[in-house]
Amino acid sequence: MKILKLSLIFLFIFSFNNLMANNEVINSKITKNLRCLICQGQSVYDSDSEFAISIKTLVDKKLEEGFSENQIYDFFKEKYGDWILYDPELNKNTYILWLLPILIFLIGGAIIAKTFIIKKNN
Amino acid sequence: MKNKLLPIIITSLFIIIFIFFYEGLKNSNIYTPETKINIKVPSFDGELFYEKKIINSLELFQVDKYYLLNIWSSWCVPCRQEHSLLMNLSKDKNIELIGINYKDTKIKAKIFLAELGNPYKKIIFDDKGIIAIEWGAYGVPESYLIKDGIIIKKYIGPLNKTLFNEINYLTK
Repeated sequence: MKILKLSLIFLFIFSFNNLMANNEVINSKITKNLRCLICQGQSVYDSDSEFAISIKTLVDKKLEEGFSENQIYDFFKEKYGDWILYDPELNKNTYILWLLPILIFLIGGAIIAKTFIIKKNN
Repeated sequence: MKNKLLPIIITSLFIIIFIFFYEGLKNSNIYTPETKINIKVPSFDGELFYEKKIINSLELFQVDKYYLLNIWSSWCVPCRQEHSLLMNLSKDKNIELIGINYKDTKIKAKIFLAELGNPYKKIIFDDKGIIAIEWGAYGVPESYLIKDGIIIKKYIGPLNKTLFNEINYLTK
């Protein structure tokens, strides 16, 4: 019985620590992808400005409340717009940004292939 | 015919891309936050400064009149500059002022208000700065003009005479 109690306590402490560590990892991942809007070229994670500190606290609070990573991004996007995210999502404003490199790559590939085929045929 | 068509397509495609990027160069790359916003007042719970009770933000903006929500702090120098304008606005019956005390201590905030006057009908105490983020604020001071639970204008930085006149004009 004593062993059972002890192991339960250990399990509880271990799972609690694990949970805390998990939240910390997600927090740093999220804050690294959030732009500090009042700083120059710094993420929220890197900055110690009042704005960044508030955001870090709020991310912690949201994680404790059970918000997922994407829900937290959506929350900040609603408040500050897409600019706050370093990694912009694919939407009507950003589709050119995402698709143009692929398009150029495909066209380039087609040109090279075409040239080779023409040369080979000749 | 096929061999002639391909270079024309490629050249025109590159010209289109060039024009597209060239036009893009003219766009300002300085980030300017949106100030004309028609979004709903955020819903959150906050502690009232004097009453020490928790209140939901939506309860503050029920009456059918204009509200100016002002984020301020005793340590913020521009807040001192705009305070006389806020005192003038508080005399206007069309508008009600709500304050958010940002990352401050109650003692210092009370000294600030005792010295310069209290223009606010209600003050929410935001010692961690979380409530300001709910409003999409960047720092202090910042003000939001609200009508019928909708934020109609956002003022980043201290209010000046021109903005004061604008608020007066909008709330008439």
